[in-house]
Amino acid sequence: MERGGGLWVEPGGFHIDPVRPVDRAVITHGHSDHARAGHTHVLATLPTLDIMRVRLGEGAGRHQQTLDYGRPLRIGDVTVTLVPAGHVLGSAQVVLEHGGRRVVVSGDYKRQPDPTCAPFEPVSCDVFVTEATFGLPVFRHPPAAAEIARLLHAGQLFPERALVVGCYALGKCQRLIAHLRDAGYDRPVYLHGAHLPLCELYRRHGVDLGPLRPATAADKEEMRGAVVLAPPSALMDRWARRLPDPLIAYASGWMRVRARARQHGVELPLVISDHADWDELCQTLREVAAPEVWVTHGAEEALVHWAGLNGFRARPLHLVGFGDEET
Amino acid sequence: MDRFAALIDALAYQPSRTGKVRLLVDYFAQTPDPDRGYGLAALTGGLSFAAAKPALVRELAAARTDPTLFALSYDFVGDLAETAALIWPARPGSNQPPPTLAEIVGALAGARRAAAPALIEGWLDGLDATGRWALLKLITGGLRIGVSARLAKTALAEWGAGRGTAVTVDAIEELWHGLAPPYADLFAWLEGRGDKPDVTGGGGFRPLMLAHPLEEADRAGLDPAAYRAEWKWDGIRVQLVARTLGQPRLYSRTGDEIGSTFPDVVGHLAFDAVLDGELLVRRDGAIAPFNDLQQRLNRKQVTAKMLRDYPAWVRLYDLLMEGEEDLRGLPFDARRRRLEAWFARVRPTGMDLSPLIPFDDWPTLEDLRAGARDNAIEGLMLKRADSPYVAGRPKGPWFKWKRGPLTLDCVLMYAQRGHGKRSSFYSDYTFGAWRGDDGPGGELVPVGKAYSGFTDEELLELDRWVRAHTTNRFGPVREVAPGLVLEVAFDSVHRSSRHKSGVAMRFPRIARIRWDKPAAEADRLETLERLIVT
Repeated sequence: MERGGGLWVEPGGFHIDPVRPVDRAVITHGHSDHARAGHTHVLATLPTLDIMRVRLGEGAGRHQQTLDYGRPLRIGDVTVTLVPAGHVLGSAQVVLEHGGRRVVVSGDYKRQPDPTCAPFEPVSCDVFVTEATFGLPVFRHPPAAAEIARLLHAGQLFPERALVVGCYALGKCQRLIAHLRDAGYDRPVYLHGAHLPLCELYRRHGVDLGPLRPATAADKEEMRGAVVLAPPSALMDRWARRLPDPLIAYASGWMRVRARARQHGVELPLVISDHADWDELCQTLREVAAPEVWVTHGAEEALVHWAGLNGFRARPLHLVGFGDEET
Repeated sequence: MDRFAALIDALAYQPSRTGKVRLLVDYFAQTPDPDRGYGLAALTGGLSFAAAKPALVRELAAARTDPTLFALSYDFVGDLAETAALIWPARPGSNQPPPTLAEIVGALAGARRAAAPALIEGWLDGLDATGRWALLKLITGGLRIGVSARLAKTALAEWGAGRGTAVTVDAIEELWHGLAPPYADLFAWLEGRGDKPDVTGGGGFRPLMLAHPLEEADRAGLDPAAYRAEWKWDGIRVQLVARTLGQPRLYSRTGDEIGSTFPDVVGHLAFDAVLDGELLVRRDGAIAPFNDLQQRLNRKQVTAKMLRDYPAWVRLYDLLMEGEEDLRGLPFDARRRRLEAWFARVRPTGMDLSPLIPFDDWPTLEDLRAGARDNAIEGLMLKRADSPYVAGRPKGPWFKWKRGPLTLDCVLMYAQRGHGKRSSFYSDYTFGAWRGDDGPGGELVPVGKAYSGFTDEELLELDRWVRAHTTNRFGPVREVAPGLVLEVAFDSVHRSSRHKSGVAMRFPRIARIRWDKPAAEADRLETLERLIVT
């Protein structure tokens, strides 16, 4: 199954999320550990292709083909349908039908509400390929609104400090902004340069994010008490020195575990993730009711164990190269 | 409980002191009685539960979870209480309201031992993950969140001041030991709803009078005849509170009760007075180095061997109360006469008087200070003859004039990111001295760590140097090529089995950055070893 890395779909002659450049690739979503540069033919949803073009430029693929959600497409002996995965804008599960059997490759997914992308749709199938980034029962993401409320409360307690939140540039950043707007936060949100192009892209796809400003161009004074979003790597670096007495927050599912939060030197850990937590993983396995489950990237062992206890035939599927970038 | 849990969760991640104070003030303002009082008690060590051992936490979690999943989770999380809090599956259909802190305290106080597990299980069902974590940490006695009792009281004073009650942390310290959880009268007073609580006659703590370091510039303007000099003994400042009625108490300089760690001192408090002194270890008639006292500090269990090997001693500085008479308003000279007379009359065991050092002018005193080779002496204290005993650190009446520090040229080995404002800077430095062959065959062995003594500009330069000379990274730590010499100042050096080098410095700080000096010319470990106090 694993020629170019990712998943090799023999009867269709294509890979899903290959790690190395291949002839034909179906891409589930735009995160860089899934959407790599240099494939010849690339099939994905329109937003995913847009994201790849913004991030990879020329490398986004010589021949790019858009496939909308829910539209079956024949490739070789396989019928391919893309179905929303609820992970980030454009993210898709790949539904493969061949010889009367249905395999669903879910890619990365989540079940929590996300105002910036279409929600996950469970598809019943014979084989379900699931991620397991947070595949341990200690990972249960609280409602995002509660975490946002903690962030805003910190802003009231420390009105003279910038609330800088470390978050991934694609998906998490836009989702945080959307949740902030839902919570009534109407001040401009200040952004690290790496976050601007993707917010612009989300806007073009109809996701309203309210007023946004580049943090580099902003006056130090106006960022007091304001939310600033930046890639996690910038938080502890010299970039953060431009901010007024930054209060360092970090939005990630890993923040659930204290040792992880401390490792990152975080003052305010926010448990907000774009991956399914333990309960969502179990709920999803039950809903798609596939007798056979393949578990990839993450804590495979625990989820395979749970699946076995609950009557699924489950096995780990070791894919190289995933989970390197996005958490 | 939810508020308390949110508070200690936030405190655990909050690096700065002012940030912690702000979180505490917010908690006192937002939390109703009696919960905030029990929260305050939990933070100041006033709640002690023997309700649960780690084994019980494990049993409760095991009854609800699959053993393989629990083991994998514990392996990942690394902390039992935290694992149990995170993994805890609420009983289906249970929608118990979260318990209040007061409810928990009350129930555990009244419960028989056997009833505790069922109570705890019910509370775990009612709380969220943060609440469960806080509960388990609280009842297993593992609240380690970097908040001292003093800091909690500081926040309390700040909050009270914000509510219009003129109050200092020292005023709260004076009341503190006469009050009990949930401190309703204290909160009422701070909120302006009640009178100041009356605690006269209790075994209360009187906040200490502290000294400023003496700067060269200060000394020129001081009249030697107006000051008295004493040795500054190298132990810990304590206050002895001995009352005819009530328990004798021993307090640290911050007002923490340390009597249970020093039963040998408390056993000698058979009089009616409040005294200020230095706690030391004294063996065969001589004061032992600070390192020996360190063996006695912060011990929950005091063994007979410890009492025998490191016998405690108190050297008295001042007399604050004699019977019911408060002497703090008297001038130093008058208090000193009273102290000497009291000592001659009472002849307390296990203590002596810190002698006054006669001197006529500053040069004489400077010679004495330079010549003091006694390990138990940190330097000199200067006290104005007419100074009343005032809480806190007023500028002018008392000075400490420490012996010049020792210094060593060390080589920077590792740098770690700081916290809070310094989180983008490599500001904590581990440095080493050479060992083994002279020259290229030698190895650097770490001898200490320092994060102060440099200016903000120097910090910028150090940070830049660290980034440019990194050879290895371990999370927040960078290893650097041996190329930068730091002149490190320290008060003394002791043998230590906990450090690879076998030595530990006391109060190391960066005295100078020796940009000019080649690393190979830095000092050797043997040089440091020769300075060890025995």
